[in-house]
Amino acid sequence: MENLRKTPLYARHLEMGGKMINFSGWALPVQYRSIIEEHQAVRERAGLFDVSHMGEIRISGSGALELLQKAVTNDVSRLLPGHVLYSPVCNPGGGVVDDILVYRLGDNEFLLVVNAANREKDFSWFKQLAVEFPGVCIADISSQMAQLALQGPLSVQILARLTSADPGSLPYYRASLGVEVGGVKCMLSRTGYTGEDGFELYCAAEEACRLWDEIMTAGEKDGLMPCGLGARDTLRLEAALPLYGHELDEDITPLEAGLERFICWQKDFTGKEVLLQKKEMGVRRRLVGLEMVDRGIPRKGYTLTSNGQVIGEITSGTQSPTLEKALGLGYVSVESAAVDTVVEVEIRGRNYPARVVPVPFYRKKRTV
Amino acid sequence: MYPADLKYSKDHEWIRVEGNRGRVGITHYAQETLGDVVYVDLPRVGDMVKAGESFGTVESVKSVSDLYAPVSGEVVEVNREVMDHPDLINKDPYGGGWLIIIEMSDPGELDNLMDARAYEEMVKEG
Repeated sequence: MENLRKTPLYARHLEMGGKMINFSGWALPVQYRSIIEEHQAVRERAGLFDVSHMGEIRISGSGALELLQKAVTNDVSRLLPGHVLYSPVCNPGGGVVDDILVYRLGDNEFLLVVNAANREKDFSWFKQLAVEFPGVCIADISSQMAQLALQGPLSVQILARLTSADPGSLPYYRASLGVEVGGVKCMLSRTGYTGEDGFELYCAAEEACRLWDEIMTAGEKDGLMPCGLGARDTLRLEAALPLYGHELDEDITPLEAGLERFICWQKDFTGKEVLLQKKEMGVRRRLVGLEMVDRGIPRKGYTLTSNGQVIGEITSGTQSPTLEKALGLGYVSVESAAVDTVVEVEIRGRNYPARVVPVPFYRKKRTV
Repeated sequence: MYPADLKYSKDHEWIRVEGNRGRVGITHYAQETLGDVVYVDLPRVGDMVKAGESFGTVESVKSVSDLYAPVSGEVVEVNREVMDHPDLINKDPYGGGWLIIIEMSDPGELDNLMDARAYEEMVKEG
């Protein structure tokens, strides 16, 4: 673990019995006690995740909006301060450089939250784009910031004990700056990667331990559990949320990945021409959700066939703790992409049937 | 943690000798390292297995691991219960979590395995 980067909470993870692994060069816990227990805690109560490995890039100055409109496919101009959106960032071939969150902090001030694995790549990408926008400042502030995610149906009541701001009233995909949570100044965001209600909290790196401790204490009576990367992955997979490096990469377009609703065709952006062509011609492959018919667990890289022909491959798969079925996401030829199509998953030399099902696999219970 | 009446392989399998047969499973250390077991793939009755070679797989939420036969022979029984309830491997690795029973073709191979004390040493050394 010595050569790996450590988040401010590294010592906490060890104290709590975290089983540490190397995730994109970071030492992080894959679990504390059990991935399944942690997963279920988030679905039924609440879980707390250290996601400080994520990157944060501040983009500010005159031209910041124009630069971002060019860089991302979604429409940044509709963001007011305190609003946040999700968007792919495309290369000129229409492939995905990264999938990110864009927070508008002010008229000319934005915060990008990017995947840990792509932090350096994204920083270079945006610096390169900024050459055309000399008034814009691009700053990688990742090392100054920590991020925690509190996710689950009891998140609001846990947070309400720690802040005089009313967390329940923060709408989905909105953020509040300068909120004090447990005495720690945060940006509080009603966002998450689990398919449950919840918050992502951004604070100064040196305050991360205090914030973690405050939330863990406040949530103890509600059965709040610390959760690792293993549960983060099973949760997002049930919610059919893409993971860069699996469902998305530089050779996959947002059209194939089912992310067209995050593309604003009314503006110019990097990759637009190629994407328009592909849209007109129709994509040849699509990301689908798969459910194993009987036995077998699909895993990343397993080949998909239909009538003996290779039609695609699995990009993510697992045994779903909530649904108690083996589920996967994968790319298949459009001919095999319709719901209820049965395809074969090749697992260690044998074929096991899987059915294309609608996504997301799991939807949280609606509360009024 | 490591019952004295069993023999152990370096791949973290145990074998309980029952006459000319051996009942096989994975050790406490193996199931703890794996985490929650969610799936197990076992051979069929009648299949032949060879010492040191894979006879199936055990899967946790995040990983797929091979199971290695501690001795050679014919598979004469397969634990159907564990196929439906793979968490038995975590809860009861030496009892209900047993995997297969092998009719041994060469009981001399048992001499190549470790006793409980030697296995515990191996695990401690990491």
